[in-house]
Amino acid sequence: MAESDNIVVETAEKIFADLADPQTINNDRKDSWQEPLWQALSEAGLTLSWVPDDLGGSGASLADGFALLNAAGRFAVAVPLAETMLAGWLLAQAKITSPDGEMTVLPASPRDRITLDADGALSGRARGVPFAKAAKHFAVLAHGKDGVSIALVDASKGRIEAGLNVGYDHSDTVTLDKVQPVAIKPAAKGFDQTNLMLMGGVARSLQIAGALESMLDISVRYSNERVAFEKKISKFQAVQHNLARLAGESAAALAAATSAADAIASAKSFNDEVYLEAASAKIRCAEAAEKGGAIAHQVHGAIGFTMEHILHRYSLRALAWRDDFGSESHWAVELGKLVANRGADELWPLVASR
Amino acid sequence: MTAALRFDPIRLPEKCERLRKEVRAFLAEEIAAGTFDPHKPNREDTDAPEFSRRVGAKGWLGMTWPKKYGGQERSFLERYVVTEEMRVANAPTRRFFVADRQSGPVLLKYAPENIKMDILPRICRGEICFAIGMSEPNSGSDLFAAKTRATKTDGGYLINGTKIWTSSAHIADYMIAIFRTSPPTKENRRHGLTQFLVKMKQPGIQVNPIGQITGQYEFNEVVFTDFFVPDDHVLGEVDGAWKQATSELAYERSGPERFLETYYVLTELVRAVGPNPDTRSAEGIGRLVAQLHTMRRMSVSVAGMLEAGKEPVVEASIVKDIGTVWEQQLPHRVRDLAAFVEETATNRETLERQLDFAIKTAPKLTIQGGTTEVLRGIIARGLGLR
Ligand SMILES: Cc1cc2nc3c(=O)[nH]c(=O)nc-3n(C[C@H](O)[C@H](O)[C@H](O)COP(=O)(O)OP(=O)(O)OC[C@H]3O[C@@H](n4cnc5c(N)ncnc54)[C@H](O)[C@@H]3O)c2cc1C
Repeated sequence: MAESDNIVVETAEKIFADLADPQTINNDRKDSWQEPLWQALSEAGLTLSWVPDDLGGSGASLADGFALLNAAGRFAVAVPLAETMLAGWLLAQAKITSPDGEMTVLPASPRDRITLDADGALSGRARGVPFAKAAKHFAVLAHGKDGVSIALVDASKGRIEAGLNVGYDHSDTVTLDKVQPVAIKPAAKGFDQTNLMLMGGVARSLQIAGALESMLDISVRYSNERVAFEKKISKFQAVQHNLARLAGESAAALAAATSAADAIASAKSFNDEVYLEAASAKIRCAEAAEKGGAIAHQVHGAIGFTMEHILHRYSLRALAWRDDFGSESHWAVELGKLVANRGADELWPLVASR
Repeated sequence: MTAALRFDPIRLPEKCERLRKEVRAFLAEEIAAGTFDPHKPNREDTDAPEFSRRVGAKGWLGMTWPKKYGGQERSFLERYVVTEEMRVANAPTRRFFVADRQSGPVLLKYAPENIKMDILPRICRGEICFAIGMSEPNSGSDLFAAKTRATKTDGGYLINGTKIWTSSAHIADYMIAIFRTSPPTKENRRHGLTQFLVKMKQPGIQVNPIGQITGQYEFNEVVFTDFFVPDDHVLGEVDGAWKQATSELAYERSGPERFLETYYVLTELVRAVGPNPDTRSAEGIGRLVAQLHTMRRMSVSVAGMLEAGKEPVVEASIVKDIGTVWEQQLPHRVRDLAAFVEETATNRETLERQLDFAIKTAPKLTIQGGTTEVLRGIIARGLGLR
């Protein structure tokens, strides 16, 4: 991804470079960087990349949108870009027009459920919803007696208990208590909450992989600057080996995430093969966030442990992103069940089908 | 800089899937005929000359090589499929694998035409076995410390010295080896090594088997005493083998054999656990499968790079580093997860036998073909640290 001929990614990278410089953001205690960045992203049509023209979006391909999320991960941007993209995508599954402004999706965990009552009202609780507090609208997946529906909800109709994730970004609990949606339609046949979780999980995987790429970059750079025992620390073999392992984790995360993105972008349905790809990406990227992040901090010594340094913008966010749309533990159990259920002799054929 | 570490999501084309079916059908027939037992990786005799000939007859050796040398001019991705299906089935590939993967490509690049015409078609027919002679008693990771001498004489060279850890030397017809043709220079300690084609089973070579901790005999000590190698068996540039040896490595380091060597225990674990696993088993299996899938996607991606004519040395090193560390951990993780498998699981004995062998195999995985530490050095160089 991020080929130079990808206009979506190019546009995004230019905006990030101009308005989302990590050091500037890190120094800005008032968060005054957020508004101009959001403004530029929405004016460029990036926030609704996955929404077709006739539903209010810019109609980029799934593949371009995924590449954009990888770039967003490389800058560790903390505006609801991924969330608004996902919400727009979810709404588009039921041909509901996307409104302007920040959005997020409910539920954001495979364990939470929103239900649709007989009178058309929505109820339920969703925990760990990223950027709910910043959202003007929620895209909601709800279960009713006739199956799955997708709804657009005015965010002010929900009760929000604010929370912060490990990366200091908003991760809130949203309660809907008999809320009437702005719009609601049945989901396409076969679409369910697992599809939403897999899609969200792949979005997070690409962001984690992007953050790891940046962690590798800044760690290599730092090791070539910092001098100890009269030489650059990059000349110590132990440090080199740590960085080689970080490179491996970063490469594995990116490979798993881009492969899963490619699988979703070219698949007709969320079948077992896509499930393998998406679940594996979330599991592998989460493991890489843990191992790779630890190495990046090790190489940076104490300086990387300070708030002034930008490393935490990547390392803590990558760790936090593990929790959204199903943690690696959740997906490992589900993937393990799927594999066991298909039986021993079907394992290799499943892996080799990709 | 990180741009060098992208593994594009290459998909195997349709023709690979057709080929995969053919390979599976072939292997199923061989298993039915009793050629090998896929559930028994620790066979007494992994050398199967007749099986090699049948694989050759299928056109699955030297697949990517020119037709005039007996090859099929097929893609690296097709070769990839054959390799992984053989590996997953535990097929006895010892006799032909090194020639197919490594020695053949070296000959293609550096051997004179008459030798290519003579040897390559025989590799393709599965008739001959190759060994690699790089390591010496005091030269393993530090290849450039090799001392075994090749001294110029009439019409060729006389070889004196000892190679060690030489896999399959006891059954090999040929060895591709590096010998010292002159001393290293001050400016370049890599200078002075030359690559040779050695015909085995001649006077002047003694092959002494070395037992391995698995109980098998796979590698050997090979002692040369005034052993004669003719001039046209020099491969490439005299004194310049160091340049040649490094470009070979992408082939050796990124293939499915670098993460599938202990794979059989995972299949057997899934069988033992059954269709309704408890949470602990399910999670353990899920994590192992996620890792396996990622490894394989990276490895396929490198095969795609080779197909595109690139030399992905750093990427291949990453695949071998993560892949071998994983296949080394795998039997231990499976043992962990199997602790609570029902005593009545029908394949329990098979699983235990496999674990016994895989645990004994594991220590070598991060050594053969370049140690983890050496690979990390190569990756570090790719990152611009050295
Ligand atoms: C099953 C098996 C099959 C093999 N088959 C063949 C074959 O067919 N042909 C062949 O030529 N060889 C073969 N080998 C040999 C193999 O390639 C060597 O074992 C390997 O290169 C390591 O060399 P060594 O054993 O001398 O270890 P050493 O080089 O002595 O290394 C010992 C330890 O020190 C570390 N070390 C060494 N140098 C450095 C350094 N600069 N920085 C950091 N760490 C370092 C190593 O990583 C290792 O951990 C085989 C080995 C095995 C296990």
